Amino acid sequence: MTALPETTQTKLGLVIDLDTCVGCHACVVSCKGWNTENYGAPLSDMDPYGQAEGTFLNRVHSYEVVPDLGTAQTVHFPKSCLHCEDAPCVTVCPTGASYKRTEDGIVLVNEDACMGCGLCAWACPYGARELDQAAGVMKKCTLCVDRIYNENLPEEDREPACVRTCPAGARHFGDLGDPDSDVSQLVAERGGIDLMPEQGTKPTNKYLPPRPKDTLDTDIDVLGPLLAPVAEQPKGFLGWLDRALEKL
Amino acid sequence: MHPAPSVIFFSVLSGAGFGLLTLLGFGARATSQGWPAFVFFAVGFVLAVGGLLSATLHLANPKNAIYSFSQWRTSWLSREGISAVAALSLMGLYAALIIFFDIRVAPLGYVAGALCLFTVFTTAMIYTQIKAVPRWHQPLATPALFLSYALTGGALLAGAVAHAGFLFLLTALIQLWHWNGGDKAFRNAGTNMNTATGLKGAVRQFESPHTGDNYLLKEMVYVVGRKHAFKLRIIALLFAALIPSFMMLGEVKHLGALIAVALYFTGTFASRWLFFAEAEHVVGLYYGKR
Repeated sequence: MTALPETTQTKLGLVIDLDTCVGCHACVVSCKGWNTENYGAPLSDMDPYGQAEGTFLNRVHSYEVVPDLGTAQTVHFPKSCLHCEDAPCVTVCPTGASYKRTEDGIVLVNEDACMGCGLCAWACPYGARELDQAAGVMKKCTLCVDRIYNENLPEEDREPACVRTCPAGARHFGDLGDPDSDVSQLVAERGGIDLMPEQGTKPTNKYLPPRPKDTLDTDIDVLGPLLAPVAEQPKGFLGWLDRALEKL
Repeated sequence: MHPAPSVIFFSVLSGAGFGLLTLLGFGARATSQGWPAFVFFAVGFVLAVGGLLSATLHLANPKNAIYSFSQWRTSWLSREGISAVAALSLMGLYAALIIFFDIRVAPLGYVAGALCLFTVFTTAMIYTQIKAVPRWHQPLATPALFLSYALTGGALLAGAVAHAGFLFLLTALIQLWHWNGGDKAFRNAGTNMNTATGLKGAVRQFESPHTGDNYLLKEMVYVVGRKHAFKLRIIALLFAALIPSFMMLGEVKHLGALIAVALYFTGTFASRWLFFAEAEHVVGLYYGKR
C-alpha cells in the first residue's frame, strides 16, 4: 500500500555539508557505479558517445551566491532523494510500487510493480526520481539499502556508496530519528536545514549551510609586520650618546 | 511541464466522452432509442475509451498497468482507473437496455452518469494534488476547469443546445479564473532559489550538474513554446467557449453543430496544451529555469 507509515522511529538519511563539498562529482560516479551493478534495473545511458544523457540518482549542482554583504561564493550542491517523512511521491503511486519503509524510513520503488507512469516524478519537488529510458521503470536513491545492511561487506563499507567515496568528508550517513546520533548532533551544531520546507514534505536529509566567513576585530594590514617602522628611539650605546648629546 | 500528446488527447477526448455519457445518463436524449440512441452512446464510449487507451501510450512499462487498480486508498490515478471502469460498465448496461430492449432504468443512468462525472473529477485531481506544480495546485479552479470543459463538450455532443450556450459561458469564466489564479500561483507558493537551496543572498546557477539533457528537464522543465501562450489563450477562449456560445443562440442544425464541435475541440486542445506547457514545476529552480 502506498499509504505512508504514520511515524518511523528510525529515520536513515544523509547530512550534506555544503561548506565542505568541493564539487568533484565522485559521489555521482560511485552512485552510478554501485546502482548499475547491483540492485534493480541498471542506470542506463542514452547515446553515451553522442549527446550523452542517462539516469543518475545523485547529481551535483553548482551555484553562485552573492550575499547582501561581502563577496560572492561558489557553492556545490549535491542532490539526491531526501527520503521525506511526508513523501508526496509515495501516495500518488497508483500501482503500489512506491513505498516508504516503516523500519528505517527509506523510500523505495518496487520495480516489479512500476508501470512507468511518471506521476511520482511529477509529485517530487526535488527532482529526485528519474524514469529510466531503457528499463521504463522509475529509479531513485535507495540509500544503498543493499550496502548498509550487507553483512558480506566489511563494516566500514556498510554505508551508502556516495558517503563512502566522498574524499572531502562532505557527506554523512546515519539515523536522524535519534537525537543522540552523530548526524543529529552535527545538524544541531551546524544549524542543518530542510530544502523547500514550504512544500511540506518534511525531508529526512539535511543540508549544512556554508559556515559564515570569519571577520577580524582590528584593521590589520597583511603586510604590516614587514613594514614595521624602524625604532625611532635609539637604544644602548647610541641611546646613551643621544641622551648625553641632548643634555649638552 | 512537458505537454505529452498522449495525455492531452486523453484528457480532452475522454473528458468530452465522459461529459456526453454523464448527460445521457441523466436523461439527455431520453426520447432516443434503437439506432439514434446507439449513435449517441457509441460516440461517448469511443471518446472515453479512446482517450483512456491513448493515456496508456504514456506508460513506459504498461505490462504492470493492472496493478494500478490497487491503490485507491491514496492515489487519484488509481481512483481514476477504478472509477472509469465502473462508470463505463454501468453505462454500458444502461445503454444496452435502452438500445436493445427499449428499457430506461433511470436510477441506473443517474449512478452511471455520476460515476462518469466523478471520473473527470479524478482526472483533474491527479493534477490538482501536485503541490510541486503551483499552477495545477488550485484546489477549486483545476477540478472546475476539467469538469466544465467535459460538460460543455458533452452538452454540445448531446445536442443539448439550451444547456450548451450557458455552459460555454461558464467554461469561459472558469478558464479565466484558472489562468488568473495560475499566473500568481508560483509566486504565492513561496518556493524560490533560496528555499530550494537553503542559501542566503542572490543565488543563481553557476554550473549545471550535467552537460546533456535528462529526464527531469524534458519532463518537467519544458520552457519551449510559451512565447505563443497569449495567442493560444485567445484561441482557446474564442474557439472553445465564446464563438460556440454565440452559435447556440441561433438555430443550430447539423452543419452548424459540426462546426461548433470542431471549434470546441480546437479550443479545448489549445487550452489543455497550455495547461501543461505553462505549468512550471519547482524542480526547474535547481536548474535556474522555470
